[in-house]
Amino acid sequence: MSIVFSGQAGQGLQTLEAITTKLFKRFGYHVFSYSEYMSRIRGGNNTTQVRVSSRRVASYTRRIDIFIPMQKDAMRRFHDRITHETVIIGDRAFIEERYLEGHYPVIEVPLTALARDAGGAVYGNTILLGLLSALFYVDRQLMEEELRTFFSSLEEQRLQKNLHAAEIGYEEGKKLLKPGQAAISIEHSEGVERELLMDGINAVGLGALAGGCTFVSSYPMSPSTGVLVFFTQKAGRSSVVVEQAEDEISAVNMAIGSWYAGGRALVTTSGGGFALMVEGVSLAGCMESPLVVHIGQRPGPATGLPTRTEQADLLFVLHSGHGEFPRAILAPGNIEQAFALTRHAFYLADKHQVPAFILTDQFLLESRYNIPELDTSKVYDQPFIVRTEKDYRRYTLTESGISPRGVPGFGAGRVRTDSDEHDEQGFITEDFGMRTAMVRKRLKKMDGLMEELLPPAFIGPEDYENIIVCWGSSYHPVIEAVEMLGRKDTAVLHFSQIYPLAPDIAGYLSRARKKIIAESNATSQFGRLITCETGMDFDLRILKFDGLPLMPEDIYDALNGQLL
Amino acid sequence: MASLYDFDHEIDIAWCRGCGNFRILASLKNTLSELELDPDTVVLVSGIGQAAKTPQYLDVHYFNGLHGRSLPAATAIKASNRGLTVIAESGDGDTYGEGGNHFIHAIRRNPGITNIVHNNMVYALTKGQASPTTRVGFVTPVQPQGVTEEAFNPLAVAVSLNAPFVARAYAGDEEQTSEILKKAITHKGYALVDIFQPCVTYNKVNTYQWYKENTYYLGEDYDPCDRPAAFAKALETGKYPLGVIYINDDRPAFEDTLDAYMHDTRPLYERTIDLDGIKRLMDSLRT
Ligand SMILES: Cc1ncc(C[n+]2csc(CCOP(=O)(O)OP(=O)(O)O)c2C)c(N)n1
Repeated sequence: MSIVFSGQAGQGLQTLEAITTKLFKRFGYHVFSYSEYMSRIRGGNNTTQVRVSSRRVASYTRRIDIFIPMQKDAMRRFHDRITHETVIIGDRAFIEERYLEGHYPVIEVPLTALARDAGGAVYGNTILLGLLSALFYVDRQLMEEELRTFFSSLEEQRLQKNLHAAEIGYEEGKKLLKPGQAAISIEHSEGVERELLMDGINAVGLGALAGGCTFVSSYPMSPSTGVLVFFTQKAGRSSVVVEQAEDEISAVNMAIGSWYAGGRALVTTSGGGFALMVEGVSLAGCMESPLVVHIGQRPGPATGLPTRTEQADLLFVLHSGHGEFPRAILAPGNIEQAFALTRHAFYLADKHQVPAFILTDQFLLESRYNIPELDTSKVYDQPFIVRTEKDYRRYTLTESGISPRGVPGFGAGRVRTDSDEHDEQGFITEDFGMRTAMVRKRLKKMDGLMEELLPPAFIGPEDYENIIVCWGSSYHPVIEAVEMLGRKDTAVLHFSQIYPLAPDIAGYLSRARKKIIAESNATSQFGRLITCETGMDFDLRILKFDGLPLMPEDIYDALNGQLL
Repeated sequence: MASLYDFDHEIDIAWCRGCGNFRILASLKNTLSELELDPDTVVLVSGIGQAAKTPQYLDVHYFNGLHGRSLPAATAIKASNRGLTVIAESGDGDTYGEGGNHFIHAIRRNPGITNIVHNNMVYALTKGQASPTTRVGFVTPVQPQGVTEEAFNPLAVAVSLNAPFVARAYAGDEEQTSEILKKAITHKGYALVDIFQPCVTYNKVNTYQWYKENTYYLGEDYDPCDRPAAFAKALETGKYPLGVIYINDDRPAFEDTLDAYMHDTRPLYERTIDLDGIKRLMDSLRT
């Protein structure tokens, strides 16, 4: 079931999203939610999709089963997504004429008037919650409990009014359940109520903590700011140093400074902010400093669409930084991976002394759904810093290219690090032999990164005809599309590590008769990278770049009739 | 005079004969020795330029980062290990030009670091272009008609931002420069020491002779805690005042305001992962 609330900024859609997903999950339904919203604080038109299901759901769908208009103009942007099967529930005043002519299932509920009676417009959302609870057979008692938890910071009188409003909504909803009216049947699943309900922001934040993050310096930029806020709010009072820098240049140079002094630093930004950080990436490359960069992608160029989503910074991140040095780029496909790979990024960066990137996007960061558990068994504790001896050399030439990393104040050695080309001790040098040795040493670390490469996830039959390649947050939409198609001859190959790229990709591709790639950008950046590395081309590229997430239906439509 | 900070081998220094940088290096070594700091805990942080090479020439830990970025790095180093003595040292171009934004915000943020700026009023390493502190009329290969921009006044900016410690020194006077540096390093919070540095190759106007004739030391009767007076001193031209221009003891150092040290005073490198804390956060997402 896909419910879409359509209102304006400032109308409390976020609260509604939070409380409905919590309540439905508590009742045992699988839930997913995602909001698409404009870059403004008031007005405009924003919508939230909440999916309620008996199975796990993790993608944003074009399909809308229930549409709830909450403002004038709430439907204008949705004519192509409201079908004759979409039930429209709400105030007559907010329903456009064309839907009132009897061809669409419309259930008029005087929400505005009910809210007025309940004490004011602010109670409108609670009434809606009550109404939906009744429609989805959520236990009334449970609803009340959830409201009490959710509104625990409100004073008693306001809480009572909310409870009352929910009751009103619940009664309205029950009226709709009369025979012949709407009826929803979703099985609820055992154990879901104890699952984690979280978004990508929390997953990246928790992953960083599990990776031993002790320092965060950043400059706000949607959609990455949530991760910065995670550290000041959720992880507040913990042992992480958090600073809002004056700009991204400062943020990244702070992060490298912190690593030098023994911190484990993260910067979180978006493409535009990362553009300013690029000099720092190169600095980390030269200094052989670990560095963890989280980039929440949004559509560019320039300021682009600040609150929307895209996967168009892949090649930028891959090629960022002047000069030649190794790096690792990870692109989580879902919330579990956002956690695990952020942790992994700290491990890779620290062990191999390279910049490691976590490439997410607004869709992944801001979509929220329930997951059974996060695997916290793989936590590691700072094994990579050494106590220095008197004759310590920061850049000792080694077989692996990795030199033991000391920090100032821990041991008797001097820790010298330089952005100029340097000798083993870290002093500036222009010796051509040393230069050559240092370049080789830095690049040698690529071998170590290759050894720890995360293989792509292969989903589907061994004897496939068609293969669909995707990366990052496109994972769930592609999987769901293939399920919709019901094809037994089609496999999905998902990459959560973009660089270094798995060498066996050519094998996977060559076994398919039709090679397809799906990604959220206009020029098929990952496809081009694969072609560059393997020489193999794709037969079909499914590309989306309007600012909305890739939807299963986009892929379904594009594949229909195209598969062998 | 040999010091703890000398190397026991010859070093190849990239400065011109007679460069003011030699005098600043000597003053700094002298200061560090006299302060009897544990050399294992002294970190020099610099950007890029002739001045920014200073850390290479004394036996210390150093972070020789990017042009203009010494202050963010120094701030983070101090915030990651409060036990370190952190000195950010670069030229006027590096600190006030490329790093101008960081200069402003470092003073606002107030990390407990000393910021030494070798102010030679020119970009030396890149061969003589104008810097933010170059005086109007100064002719360079890139400003052949002479500089027209108003010179940047670091001291006035620092006083206006209420920096805890603001001083000006003259490289030619090692003894006084050392005294000023000593006060700066031992002062709590951010300390700026802008040092007039003759550049013998690219600045034939502001020479040793010129600085001698155009500077004077503030007297015993000068009160650096008087902010309006300090501001007036910072604005003085013609003859430039040397010494400690402004002192303000009211501001807490950045690293001491951090939550991360409220319940745990250990430097970051000694910390381990708080798995229970992570699990608690996860549990809060279950309900
Ligand atoms: C991003 C960047 N831009 C430009 C340069 C070139 N550059 C190196 S040092 C310098 C100016 C140096 O002037 P200053 O900081 O006053 O130091 P000085 O050499 O005079 O001691 C410039 C422009 C650089 N290294 N990096």
